[in-house]
Amino acid sequence: MSQEYNFAYLDEQTKRMIRRAILKGLAIPGYQVPFASREMPMPYGWGTGGVQVTAACLTPADTLKVIDQGADDTTNAVSIRKFFERTAGVATTESTRDATVIQTRHRIPEEPLTEDQILVYQVPIPEPLRFLEPRETETRVMHALEDYGLMHVKLYEDIARNGEIATAYAYPVKVEERYVMDPSPIPKFDNPRLESAAIQLFGAGREQRIYALPPYTQVVSLDFEDHPFNPSKADHPCALCGADHTYLDEVITDDQGGRMFVCSDTDYCSRRQADGHRGDMAPPVLEALS
Amino acid sequence: MSAMIRLSDVSKSFILHNQGSTVIPVMERVAFEVMPGECVALTGSSGAGKSTLMRMIYGNYLATGTIEVGGVNIVGAEARQVLALRREVLGYVSQFLRVVPRVPTREVVAEPLLALGVGRDEAIARAEALLTRVGIPERLWGLSPTTFSGGEQQRVNIARGFAHPYPALLLDEPTASLDAGNRAIVLGLIDDAKARGAAVIGIFHDLEARAQVADREIDVSAFSPKVAA
Amino acid sequence: MTPLLTVRDLSKTYGGRIGCADVSFDLYPGEVLGIVGESGSGKSTLLNCLAGQLVPDGGQVVFDTRADGPRDTLIMSEPERRMLARTDWAFVHQNARDGLRMGVSAGGNVGERLMAVGARNYGDIRSAAIDWLGRVEITEDRVDDRPTAFSGGMQQRLQIARNLVTGPRLVFMDEPTGGLDVSVQARLLDLLRGLVRDMGLSAIIVTHDLAVVRLLADRLMVMKSGQVIEQGLTDQVLDDPQAPYTQLLVSSVLQV
Repeated sequence: MSQEYNFAYLDEQTKRMIRRAILKGLAIPGYQVPFASREMPMPYGWGTGGVQVTAACLTPADTLKVIDQGADDTTNAVSIRKFFERTAGVATTESTRDATVIQTRHRIPEEPLTEDQILVYQVPIPEPLRFLEPRETETRVMHALEDYGLMHVKLYEDIARNGEIATAYAYPVKVEERYVMDPSPIPKFDNPRLESAAIQLFGAGREQRIYALPPYTQVVSLDFEDHPFNPSKADHPCALCGADHTYLDEVITDDQGGRMFVCSDTDYCSRRQADGHRGDMAPPVLEALS
Repeated sequence: MSAMIRLSDVSKSFILHNQGSTVIPVMERVAFEVMPGECVALTGSSGAGKSTLMRMIYGNYLATGTIEVGGVNIVGAEARQVLALRREVLGYVSQFLRVVPRVPTREVVAEPLLALGVGRDEAIARAEALLTRVGIPERLWGLSPTTFSGGEQQRVNIARGFAHPYPALLLDEPTASLDAGNRAIVLGLIDDAKARGAAVIGIFHDLEARAQVADREIDVSAFSPKVAA
Repeated sequence: MTPLLTVRDLSKTYGGRIGCADVSFDLYPGEVLGIVGESGSGKSTLLNCLAGQLVPDGGQVVFDTRADGPRDTLIMSEPERRMLARTDWAFVHQNARDGLRMGVSAGGNVGERLMAVGARNYGDIRSAAIDWLGRVEITEDRVDDRPTAFSGGMQQRLQIARNLVTGPRLVFMDEPTGGLDVSVQARLLDLLRGLVRDMGLSAIIVTHDLAVVRLLADRLMVMKSGQVIEQGLTDQVLDDPQAPYTQLLVSSVLQV
């Protein structure tokens, strides 16, 4: 561990301040708690909110996993993992099961989480009403008064225009029948898994907001009686592990229109392949290796 | 039987604040009664105040004294009382038709009924029957009366004024600008109103018409304020 | 009969300047009250104070609520006041853009109040929206168009539909026909008159157009420098004005 930094980069007072915001967020599920977001050694939009929440949660005994769109090996995930390896010296893993703290951008791991885990989301825009009502003063009043008609106007417009609710990610939810919350830009496929055994924390660095879902919190995706919420996904099995129940990424394989659908959760997919599951395009070489 | 319309000690003057606060007394100590089923004609030379008196009874001009219509004293009454009275008891056919532009004639005539809560179909049916009676051809019913001739407008106005069987009616020159045939129709409407017990106050310049429907005449000049001694 | 709205001694000042002073009146169910006066006379201040959009310095605005009878809306909690504002009250702005969501379809605009009070069936919301568009003479095929594609008169009619869809009992209107062509005004006036009559609405209409109040309002209040200087039956105030200012106002209108 590099000695130039306090444990997990942030000073203790800052971590205490963030923990207070987290505790308040857990006490009022779905409510956006303002916090004094710090400058981090990475640009806004690269997970500064999530990193600060993670830093405030980490203990030396923790094992950290970082994913970006479900993958452990993308630039953003690798950078943040390395950041905490250097500044906190904690163990890191790519295995969902082995992690105690998971920082994520835009996905919830396929593997069901447990009561011993914390899931930290990177949030670009925490305010679900933002694109409908630009004034922060007004949206705060709307939350305070549960004045949420506007949220359904957005869904109404979706159906009027597209015949169905076309919102595919950042699909708004209502928490414990009280606060409407933006679940960060996860695909709506992940929405049912917002009801989880793990603690879920959401950090927005630029917007200086933290909000939270305690374990087993009721989270309902907004919908209409005659257009119920549908957590759909691409209608294919994973080309590598054959799973038909996971969220898939579409991968363009050549410039002839060739493409394949693979699990977005790389850890889950490779675990399945290791267990002998095979998709249509699973390379035989993998079989030889395993 | 008690009077439907009763005036006692009624006076009216205008104060023109913007013209040196000139006070113009126009009427003094008016007192008369009209019984149900009776038609009283107001007479007097032009400018004697016949229309002014009628407007005072309708609540259009403020007056002092007592003006009772159907037991309600209009002087000092609350606006909603006067409005209710106008809706249910006191009809007024003015000399000129005043309507929202572009509203079809049959709606104009049906409006007093709709305002009373009469069903739409029934109100329109009664309006059309009245328009037929006053001789407005059916092809005009869907048009706004604002484009009609003076005589046609006057008949639309009368149809509207008779749409609801008001117990009290004020008629300001109802037969002006009508030919003999249409005049007879309007006088027939007035006779019908009297027959069902309406108290009518009318201004008729047409002596023949006046003689035909009026039971008695009141010369308004008698109420002209005496020039201050 | 209980007044729908009872206003007592309502006052609002802006620093040392009077917005409106000691305004009192009763509005009964089904009545339409016109408020006239020149620019700066305080009529818009008064309307905004009545509708809960401005906080007055003093006075009472007692509304006869459906659930609990007469309540002073000025000491109500904000959630209660907002609930009133989107159920039993309606506010029609002079500029339709202030009263509409310009980025949302006509159907969404009309449906918003329904969704705000808990409607969650898309089909029902859409049918109600189409029904209301029809009542304000906008055809069904425009339900998915945005108000930006509508003419000024249509926008104003859409705003009215959006406001009346929850069956309010009291409508506040701020110069509802201002800025419209004369021919469009006439159609709108007729529409408003029909809606007021058929729904038994009470309304408070602020305007400087005496022709509008003559056609729409049962009663009239004349304001000058924040004070009510005369009130009475509309035709009586216009035909036999008593106050010097009202006489000036009435005589200043060009006869057509």
